[in-house]
Amino acid sequence: MADTTHAHHTSTGQSNVKLGMWMFLGSECLLFGGLISTYLLYRGRVSEGPTPSQIFDIPFTSVSSFVLLMSSLTMVLAVSAAAKKDDRGTNLWLVVTAMLGATFVGGQVYEFTAFYNEGLGFTTSLFGSSFYTLTGFHGVHVTVGIIMLLALVAINKRSKVPGSKAETVEMLGLYWHFVDIIWIIIFTLVYLIPV
Amino acid sequence: MAIIERPAPGTITTPALLPGAAEITPSRTFGALKRPVASTGWKSWVFTVDHKKLGIMYGALAMFFFIVGGIEALLIRLQLAAPDGKVLNADLYNQMFTMHATTMVFLFVMPMASAFANYFIPLQIGARDVAFPRINAFGFWCLLAGGIIINLSWFLGGAADGGWFMYAPNSGPVFSPSHGVDFWALGLQITGIASLTGAINLIVTVLNMRAPGMTLMKVPVFTWMATVVQFLLLFAMPVITVALFLLMFQRVFGAQFFDVAAGADPLLWQHLFWIFGHPEVYILVLPSFGIISEVLPVFSRKPLFGYPFVVFSGAAIGFVGWGVWAHHMFASGLGPVSVAVFSVATMAIAVPTGVKIINWTLTMWGGKLVFTTAMKYAIGLVFLFTVGGLSGVTHSIAPSDTQQTDTYYIVAHFHYVLFGGAILGLFSGMYYWWPKMFGKMLSERLGSWNFWLTVIGMNLTFGPMHILGLQGQPRRMYVWTEARAGEGFFNLAFWNLVATVGSFVLALGVLLFIINVWVTARKKELAPLDPWNARSLEWMTSNPPKEHNFDAIPHVAHLDEFFHRKYEEDTSTHSMKQVATAEKVLEDLERNPDTNIHMPSPSYWPIVLAFSLIPIALGLIYSIPVAIVGGAILLYAMYGWSLEPSVAEESDYEAGHNGHGAHHG
Repeated sequence: MADTTHAHHTSTGQSNVKLGMWMFLGSECLLFGGLISTYLLYRGRVSEGPTPSQIFDIPFTSVSSFVLLMSSLTMVLAVSAAAKKDDRGTNLWLVVTAMLGATFVGGQVYEFTAFYNEGLGFTTSLFGSSFYTLTGFHGVHVTVGIIMLLALVAINKRSKVPGSKAETVEMLGLYWHFVDIIWIIIFTLVYLIPV
Repeated sequence: MAIIERPAPGTITTPALLPGAAEITPSRTFGALKRPVASTGWKSWVFTVDHKKLGIMYGALAMFFFIVGGIEALLIRLQLAAPDGKVLNADLYNQMFTMHATTMVFLFVMPMASAFANYFIPLQIGARDVAFPRINAFGFWCLLAGGIIINLSWFLGGAADGGWFMYAPNSGPVFSPSHGVDFWALGLQITGIASLTGAINLIVTVLNMRAPGMTLMKVPVFTWMATVVQFLLLFAMPVITVALFLLMFQRVFGAQFFDVAAGADPLLWQHLFWIFGHPEVYILVLPSFGIISEVLPVFSRKPLFGYPFVVFSGAAIGFVGWGVWAHHMFASGLGPVSVAVFSVATMAIAVPTGVKIINWTLTMWGGKLVFTTAMKYAIGLVFLFTVGGLSGVTHSIAPSDTQQTDTYYIVAHFHYVLFGGAILGLFSGMYYWWPKMFGKMLSERLGSWNFWLTVIGMNLTFGPMHILGLQGQPRRMYVWTEARAGEGFFNLAFWNLVATVGSFVLALGVLLFIINVWVTARKKELAPLDPWNARSLEWMTSNPPKEHNFDAIPHVAHLDEFFHRKYEEDTSTHSMKQVATAEKVLEDLERNPDTNIHMPSPSYWPIVLAFSLIPIALGLIYSIPVAIVGGAILLYAMYGWSLEPSVAEESDYEAGHNGHGAHHG
């Protein structure tokens, strides 16, 4: 359990930061809800260019999805190390998480390039616009997560994290797991269910 | 909570704190900027994280935009006063009604509600500040940045012209080629950030920072209603964010979301907008419901009738408000099942609202009513909101609504609920809480004129619009002609003129409020501690409150805690008997002040971070490199923010004061 020095005297017993993070993630659900709905509305509307089934490479995306899911495991290890005040372990697992996340983003960049070369641009069709917007928003979320992970490692090394270090790692973990869960939904709805 | 051990000098008088804290000089924190620690002058406002200062800043900014939006409304009414109006051309008229609505909704009513929420939620729950004071400041500066972006368009090629709901594809580049819609969309994204961060902040504050003993069912009704609003904001803002992104991507990058030729669904925008837009209606009106639920009991000398019903009906409105959005779209051909479902849901949402109106009425029933200006505004809300609510129920009947859609009948309806509901409630709050915020009473004589002119003006302006609308005068029509005005009682010419005259009476009423503020500011006379014989915690401190709100955090045993400390029940007669004055209650509370009072430190980062959004927005419209520079500032500010300790460092205060160490908690 996280260091609870910041949770002193709160009415719910939860720290402000954790409660705030849950609120933020609740709000993010609606953001992705709107984007996913838009995609589901438009995925079959291909006026020109390739259709989803023509370009999706499910084995490739399955592997990159697996890499992203494994990063949740390493994130858990980082949170656990931080709770034990094990700085070396924390930094190690944060870096590994960031690398797995970067692998996923790299896979996404490769995939976008391949799709583009096969004729699916952002403005080609409604499917293209909504596919790139949805997966792009998710990719940006992962990228922001990677930046936060690496920034946290950099700050951590100089022992300058304001407040409770364990809690900061835990909050980053909540965000990271959330982004992973969103990907499970996107992967299922976008790639696995045929149009 | 971000904390420092030493409050700024001159603001703390508690003996338990160090006497006469030293002058303070900033030291380096992260990068080039030194941490601000000034407690006076402009810096103490620009870099403040104090929820009370931010509340006042929200209020002042909202009032400014109220005047801007009011002038836009007067121009609209002047244009329509007589046939073949020449005041505005068609293009300018489109911009004017779009910006009037945008300004009033996003830059006046929402910020003014935020002003009250920011100022009074911590006071009402017995807290010293909000949960995240720097994020609170960030929200205010985002609002200002967004307001600037939205209104810059007036000077850079014309404002947005698609109506406040900006239906796509009508707002696409083909039909709205100026940059107005781009400014509008980006500006609203930025004000949306303010709403989202504010929502998270206030929800956490209310859930986590209540005074000991204050269970949720002892929380004052204003705080309850404001909290419901924050939940609505939390879940509604991301939906409009998605819609604005899609619109932006279409306009800037050529995406196809609303391109009907490519097979796009023209209802997509309508659904996304109204899933946000209908909760937004309750976001606008619920804070005012909260305000008058405070005001009516105080001036009826009775407790609020059915407190749990008022609270739960507010929460019920918050839930059902998510299931009625498509009643804005009955004319769009949704199909009979959808129309039937949304009709019934719309009728259902009238029930919790009716519950509230009954509770307010029964609060006044048999009470010793005191007709102060605040009370008059509150009663005005009960009457006029009911009128607007009833015309709202007529919209739930889809066949009737199909007739009314896009006519002035709709304009009449939403002005009765928004002016008669939201704005009258906000004015009630201003008269009620002015002595708390500024230590002086607004003039009741001017207030009476202010109230009557506003209410008469409002009814003269919006009442005739019912007739105009049922006669078929469409919304957003920039000119009408004598030949089509009709004759007799339902003559469009006559009622349009009445509405225009009414709008100037209304403007005169609002002007009197501003005069009242000015007169009051010059008055020497200070307000008494408890001018209204009030009931809730925010009155259990000085006027205006000290920087740390309460010398000692009160322990709460009752709903209406302050009232129960002043009055006790006489068991023989079952009537309430005064046992203590307000001064006595405060004296008792302050006898044992808290020793280590933690107050948040001022910071540069909120304003730097928020204003970095301005170059990003302008860059997206004009030149991407500018946006990249803005992005760099944004990253720098985020980094600085996260490295800045929540506790101001020792070196931020001038060394040489020996008393410091003793007060570390």
